[in-house]
Amino acid sequence: MQPSIQLNKTPAQQYLLRVGDTCLILAQRLCEWSGHAPALEEDIALSNMALDLVGQARAILTHAGAVQGLSEDQLAFLRDERDYCNPTLVELPRGDFAFTVLRNLMVASYLKLLWQRLATSTDAEVAAIAAKALKEARYHQQHAADWVVRLGDGTAESKARCEKALQRLWPYVAELFSADEVDAAAAASGLGPSCAELQATWADEVNQVLAHATLAAPKAGSYLSTGKRGVHSEHMGFLLAEMQHLQRAYPGGVW
Amino acid sequence: MSSNNASSAQNEWPLWEVFVRTKAGLDHKHCGSLHAPDAKLAIQMARDVYTRRQEGVSVWVVRAADIVASDPGDKDMYFDPMEDKVYRHPTFYKLPDAVDHM
Repeated sequence: MQPSIQLNKTPAQQYLLRVGDTCLILAQRLCEWSGHAPALEEDIALSNMALDLVGQARAILTHAGAVQGLSEDQLAFLRDERDYCNPTLVELPRGDFAFTVLRNLMVASYLKLLWQRLATSTDAEVAAIAAKALKEARYHQQHAADWVVRLGDGTAESKARCEKALQRLWPYVAELFSADEVDAAAAASGLGPSCAELQATWADEVNQVLAHATLAAPKAGSYLSTGKRGVHSEHMGFLLAEMQHLQRAYPGGVW
Repeated sequence: MSSNNASSAQNEWPLWEVFVRTKAGLDHKHCGSLHAPDAKLAIQMARDVYTRRQEGVSVWVVRAADIVASDPGDKDMYFDPMEDKVYRHPTFYKLPDAVDHM
């Protein structure tokens, strides 16, 4: 069994891991739809999006590991749970299709705004990755939004499922915009924006889609999830066990 | 059971025919079909299903129900008479050597 790697945990590395892990872990969840989506056409659409996210994660993880001599695979598969920096939102179990498209809308809207800002990062490689990822995120946001409108403003059943999914997802939104010393360092160095700066535009864009879907955003509560700081939900361990199993059991295994 | 079948057929997404243009200047070519709930999602699904490997730069979708097709039963009457009209092919002219690529 392959042992876990240790991280430097510099603020810049943490910042990049938050971005890369958000893509990586949501991709893992979206992959769970492969062969199970409600229609063949949407099955492929979800897999395409998962692959876009894997591509983004690969680029960012490669860059985040380079200063420490770690590869993208080592970072993706050989970290302990506490060293993953994704917000808790993306690790929640995939749920039903309403849950999936609503979460996709939330995360794609977030990532789109983040890539827009990262496209002018002082780190040239991050800026290049962001310019490419932005096109993908724009499509993810539009595709998810179109589904949310159709399901929210659809049948009584689809609306009820959307409302239930919103209630379940909303408590995890606050973490997306909860800034800390890692954000402050990135904003100061020009690596990227503090996540708090994205909140107003995100709320505008998401609320517009929800209104169009005849859905209403739940009231914000006081709960703050802590995935970005490495303290994850009870679901994360199971997700990692499945994701890491092959590389842990067969070190360096390739296709 | 039969009523279940009837309602599931009614609920099924309509069929769309998909046309993809492979690059600027070329025609859109029919490449297949898919089911989608409406036009906007049909375009997105056509993009997701038929252009994953850089097959296209533009897609059209058309409701399959809106296509008017010739009747397969008319095939003999419609198309067989052309079999012996070889003179309709422009192959009986001598081209000057200077004309290339014809």
